[in-house]
Amino acid sequence: MMETLHRYGPDLLTGFGFTLLSWALGTVLGLALGFVIEIARRFGPRALGYPIRAYVEFIRGTPFLVQLFVLYYGGPLIGLRLDALPAGILGLTIYGSAYFTEILRAGFDAVPLGQIEAARAIGFRNTTIVMRIMVPVMMVSALPALVNFAIILTKETVILSMITVPEIMFQTQTMMSETFAFVTPILILALFFWGFIETISRFGRRLERRFTHYLIDRT
Amino acid sequence: MFSFQTIIDNFPVLLGAARYTLLISVLGCIEGLILGALICAAALSPKLWLRRCAALYVSFFRGVPLLIQLLAAYYLLPVIGINVPALVAAVLTVGLCAAAYLAEVLRGSLNAIPKGQAEAAAAIGMAPRDVWVRILLPQALKIGLPAIVNELILLVKASSLVTVVGIVEITRMSQSIAAATYRPLEIYLAAAFIYLAINLVIAQAGRILERRLTV
Repeated sequence: MMETLHRYGPDLLTGFGFTLLSWALGTVLGLALGFVIEIARRFGPRALGYPIRAYVEFIRGTPFLVQLFVLYYGGPLIGLRLDALPAGILGLTIYGSAYFTEILRAGFDAVPLGQIEAARAIGFRNTTIVMRIMVPVMMVSALPALVNFAIILTKETVILSMITVPEIMFQTQTMMSETFAFVTPILILALFFWGFIETISRFGRRLERRFTHYLIDRT
Repeated sequence: MFSFQTIIDNFPVLLGAARYTLLISVLGCIEGLILGALICAAALSPKLWLRRCAALYVSFFRGVPLLIQLLAAYYLLPVIGINVPALVAAVLTVGLCAAAYLAEVLRGSLNAIPKGQAEAAAAIGMAPRDVWVRILLPQALKIGLPAIVNELILLVKASSLVTVVGIVEITRMSQSIAAATYRPLEIYLAAAFIYLAINLVIAQAGRILERRLTV
């Protein structure tokens, strides 16, 4: 047991590092891309609406695993030659952007129209309206859904192991196939993930409370 | 060059594999509903230990990625002396996971049913079990229908993960075809569109059913 841990401990730790890295980058870039898409849908030419809807429907209607396969194994055919890790992060970004866009859309829809009209009436530019009025108001209503989806993305990172990204699941599977011990490692990994998700959910709930505490106090 | 011919040639085989995708997601959803109703009942029970167990169950199955659950079941079952085909293990695991989500869905819809109904049913002498089966569950299913349809769509997508235990559904089939034809882009895109079509049909069926049920 100690020997196995000594032999594979560093690999597992590196694996967890890659899990965290791909999750963090995937979430941040996905949110950024989702924001750009939503702004384009809201303020761009009307013709953009259909391709954006098709994009969102396609990403949300197909399994993440298949999207990764298209990107990683199909990409080279159209000149997109990526290593496993960048492909995985790009996959998470694209996958996340479609969901984040929808969450942001609902959030922006909930911003009272009067506030936007008032801002426009006193001469705010579009950028100012978005950054100073819409985003802060939207954050309050959309934050729980955003946090929730960021947590869902943590669980999706294990799927990156299927395209050989060396994250924790991949490292565990390597260890399992080399030591012929299957049950204990996978159960430990399950418990580890359970604890990890519980921790970040708790952190997420605290973040939500910080942003919305005045709403809860009022009602 | 993008080869449509490859897609056309292999499409029937991929569609055939879609049977397993549907089988796993539909059976998983049914299992999830039955188990989910039990867990939901436990979560609302007056007994503290039952509530604790339900909370633990939901937290575990929602906190562990399905891929890990599938592998754990695949390796664990034979060790504890249960030898079942991979397909059965996969359906069971998918259902166990769905149960955690559906229990929450049902709990949400039960909260939307006026309290007076259960009280009235109890007042005219219905047994607690009858109150559940005849009054609460049918309405909870109706109120929760959009969320349940949504869960079914999630399950169709999640079923792609059962490739790790070797079941030849759409994703696994597309892997072998891609390996044999050297046309991964076309084949995986075709697989993606089959998933998309299945999900669009389910979503539409859900909307029709919803309209039927709301008077």
